[in-house]
Amino acid sequence: MSTSTASRPSTPVVAPEPRRKPPLTWDRAQRRGFGILRWVVIVGFLLATLVPFYYMALLSVKPIDALLQDPGSLWVSPSEFTLQTYVNVLTSTANGGQGFGTFLANSGMVALASVALALLIGIPGAYAIARLPFFGRRQVSGIFLAAYLFPAILMAIPLFVGFTRIGLRGSLVGLVIVYTAQTVPVAIYMLRNYFETVPESVEEAAMVDGLTRLGVLRKISLPLAMPSIMSTGLFVFMIAWNEFLFALLFLVDRRERWTVSLGLSQLSGSVEVPTTVLMAGSVVLTLPIIIIFFATERLLTGGLTAGAEK
Amino acid sequence: MAVTVEPRRAAAPMGKRRTLRQREARLGVWLMSPTLVIVVVIVIIPLLWSVLISFQRLRLIDVGTAPLFQPLTLANYERVLGSGAFWASLVVTFVYTVGSVVLAISLGVLVAIALRRPFRGRTFVRAAMLLPYVAPVVAVTFIWRTMLNPQFGIVNVFGQRFLGWERPIPFLSQARGEVSLFGLEIPVPTALLTVIVFEGWRYFPFAFLFLMARLEAMSYEPEEAALVDGATPWQNFWHIVFPQLVPIIALLAMLRTIWTFNEFDDIFLLTGGAAGTGVASVKIYTFLTVQRNVGTAAAQSVLMALVLVVLLAVYLLILRRRGEKA
Repeated sequence: MSTSTASRPSTPVVAPEPRRKPPLTWDRAQRRGFGILRWVVIVGFLLATLVPFYYMALLSVKPIDALLQDPGSLWVSPSEFTLQTYVNVLTSTANGGQGFGTFLANSGMVALASVALALLIGIPGAYAIARLPFFGRRQVSGIFLAAYLFPAILMAIPLFVGFTRIGLRGSLVGLVIVYTAQTVPVAIYMLRNYFETVPESVEEAAMVDGLTRLGVLRKISLPLAMPSIMSTGLFVFMIAWNEFLFALLFLVDRRERWTVSLGLSQLSGSVEVPTTVLMAGSVVLTLPIIIIFFATERLLTGGLTAGAEK
Repeated sequence: MAVTVEPRRAAAPMGKRRTLRQREARLGVWLMSPTLVIVVVIVIIPLLWSVLISFQRLRLIDVGTAPLFQPLTLANYERVLGSGAFWASLVVTFVYTVGSVVLAISLGVLVAIALRRPFRGRTFVRAAMLLPYVAPVVAVTFIWRTMLNPQFGIVNVFGQRFLGWERPIPFLSQARGEVSLFGLEIPVPTALLTVIVFEGWRYFPFAFLFLMARLEAMSYEPEEAALVDGATPWQNFWHIVFPQLVPIIALLAMLRTIWTFNEFDDIFLLTGGAAGTGVASVKIYTFLTVQRNVGTAAAQSVLMALVLVVLLAVYLLILRRRGEKA
């Protein structure tokens, strides 16, 4: 097939081809086949990505008995429908629940504090790398990258030791510090790309008009970079909200400080809590991320892949 | 802005006043310093300290009290290298990494190509494809564990009902299963394959995201020209589109290899490292928390990092060779 088609390039483009009822050539068959295959792929992957989340939502509104009696059911009958699972999972342990309310507050505080710190530290850093000719400017990114080659657990051991010594290990503050350190390089990478797209002439003009560099950063570059700052902040939020290893290492013996991720992982290891209640916990953990993600998908993915098009 | 005067610094020309360039450089260092401080304190120093600990005898109980500098010893390395467990976990890590990276990138290419031409609802489909990647790892692993549960998991229920499975398959707790194919009983590492499929599912969106960005920036012109010249869709993909994707695939392969090689959460949450899925990072965690031997755990992580560095060096070398040939 390839010989017949490949030997045709000399055919003049203008040659009028008989368009009516073309015979079913290999080319046409392939074209049609790919057309169908494309939709098979799209539908298949949609199912693969959405069904697990549907299953999560489904199980979270069922009583455990209903699940065990008919595990193959893919919907919930109105008589079975319950929100008791959510009540149970969110109620504090003192009142007989699983205490996810507290975990939500912990996760929220940790994630928001990490976003604030990462941006506070990352914005000046990104601007410096994008614009200011300081010594070692080119090398900084390389060093960051090299550091992130190593497994997180390698970093985790000394941090575990060090934080135990200074009494930060069982605290949320320790977690915020680690998350900030982990996300600042990503934040700088995302923001730097954006700062570099701001025309230098605009900044120079502002400086001629009497603004200092810091003034330029605050009054010109920052407002221009707002979309990028937003997407960076969201990205950091998602990393901090989803993080598991350090929460496990630092907070495992302090139930009142657990994050939602840690809480779910710890409770799903025990047999006492029904699966449907834990599914409600999964929804509680996942929903904020899904909402943020669908609301800002374009912004987020654009910020992440900026520069990858080249 | 007041310019600080440092008479000792003779480097500044014009005596007291620095040039604009010098002031800017100075400001740059200032703006950069918070980042440097936090990264050095939380990332770089711990990494170096880890290397130090790997040469010390340090147990978890002594962590709070042991002096920072102790006599150095090679005992930890002897222990790790002398035990078969390390080599076994290295092999598992390799298989897991290669399988996951290849699967995730192939699926990513497939989806990116399928979603390339606009259609109604593409924005939604695109966002849906990214869900496995953005959703919290603890939640998605819990969903998978429930779906694959031998008693009431939907996969086993449907497999028995519609696919004729005789008994439920313990996807996450069976080290070796047998698949009969044309009358042959082929042994398969069930749990390891399952976690690889999970990785493919969870990380194909990452590959897809970057491939899609590249595809969108790509011009249709060469393909249209080839179409006019009679190229089939497959030839078009293989000779025109794919070569343009190769650089980004090479980059993705490298990034994914680094991250999968170091991956901890997914396996720890799915199998806990049991049933033949004991990758190195999970083993290190076990050293740390079950055997409570910090020194050995550190030695093993340092060895892992070295293996990764060697792997990357080889990879970059191969890429460079290829680049020279082309």
